Amino acid sequence: MAKESSFKSMVITLSVICLVCSALLGVVYSVTKAPIEAAELAKINNAIKAVVPECDNNPSEEVFEVDGSVVYPAKMNGTIVGYAIKVKASGFGGPIQMMVGFNADGTIYNTSVISHSETPGLGAQISDEIPTRTQIVGKNPASSKLSVTKDGGEIDAITASTITSRAFLKGVDAAYKVFVELQKQQ
Amino acid sequence: MGKLKLISEGIIKNNPTFVLILGMCPTLGTTTSAINGMGMGLATLFVLVLSNMSISAIAKLIPEEVRIPSYIVVIAAFVTILQLLLQAFIPSLYETLGIFIPLIVVNCIVLGRAEAYANKNSVIDSAFDGLGVGLGFTIALTILGLVRELLGSGSLFGWKFIQGEGMLAFVLAPGAFIVLAYLIVLFRKVTANKA
Repeated sequence: MAKESSFKSMVITLSVICLVCSALLGVVYSVTKAPIEAAELAKINNAIKAVVPECDNNPSEEVFEVDGSVVYPAKMNGTIVGYAIKVKASGFGGPIQMMVGFNADGTIYNTSVISHSETPGLGAQISDEIPTRTQIVGKNPASSKLSVTKDGGEIDAITASTITSRAFLKGVDAAYKVFVELQKQQ
Repeated sequence: MGKLKLISEGIIKNNPTFVLILGMCPTLGTTTSAINGMGMGLATLFVLVLSNMSISAIAKLIPEEVRIPSYIVVIAAFVTILQLLLQAFIPSLYETLGIFIPLIVVNCIVLGRAEAYANKNSVIDSAFDGLGVGLGFTIALTILGLVRELLGSGSLFGWKFIQGEGMLAFVLAPGAFIVLAYLIVLFRKVTANKA
């Protein structure tokens, strides 16, 4: 079945196979590049839309950075109505990428979890509309203690997933720090 | 050998999960729900059919001593194509399967079929062999996911019909081992007389 191996034939075979495969991959990459970017943008846009009040601009076009965090401003008739701030927190199974939305006065409008690798059935509930997430809506981190009840705060953790809940609230806190920094700069 | 026989062999006699016990990493890792198991199975099926066909086509040209690296490059190319296509067109599935997509490259089922079947048989037969084994894998993973989802979260294909939390252990790793073991016993009992 297989050909006799010699140094020359081995080098030639492997080179040809690699060349053909990489050419093929190049073609597929260039074809899928635009749809992949569109899918990622759609995901970010959906996350932004979920966490800021109604706006008439496109926040992902006016994106800027504060302290290394990405901030998407939401505007209505040119005035700022809120910010979506993208932050990363370290959860139980890996990083949790999330978007935290603030009203212009600093109260939390909503949150959205973009990606996570938490335990299915436990910490993974963080991507659903659970009390841990809905409880913080409308609160201002400056006046409310946004940490889990176990740590003396006022937020109920997800049952059996305190680490995930803590990570989530830490992410909210990090986003609020960015928001405060943002207010100082203006 | 008849084409149908090739397919049924892959599903029953050579079932990768229940008989050969190959590819356990994705089997245990992705079957937290029926839909995830099915997605993983179909992804592997796609790679298996294409890699089996191309390896069977080029097997005669490859020198004996570099055949494994050659097969791996071919398999890796198809897996990357699959990964890009999923990312572009079914991003939700791409996210749930995550790291397990690139890991199809080192799935022993794919290399195993290349080495044990595709490099000795015709392109058409290899395609059907890949289809059979891939379907066997898909069916096994779907059933495994179905049972785990039912016991663990009280739903089927995402449709929740039992209120409450379910038995969490079945969604986590230990449940995967327990359900798999029972399914293997059941499968061997049912197929014992036919083999």
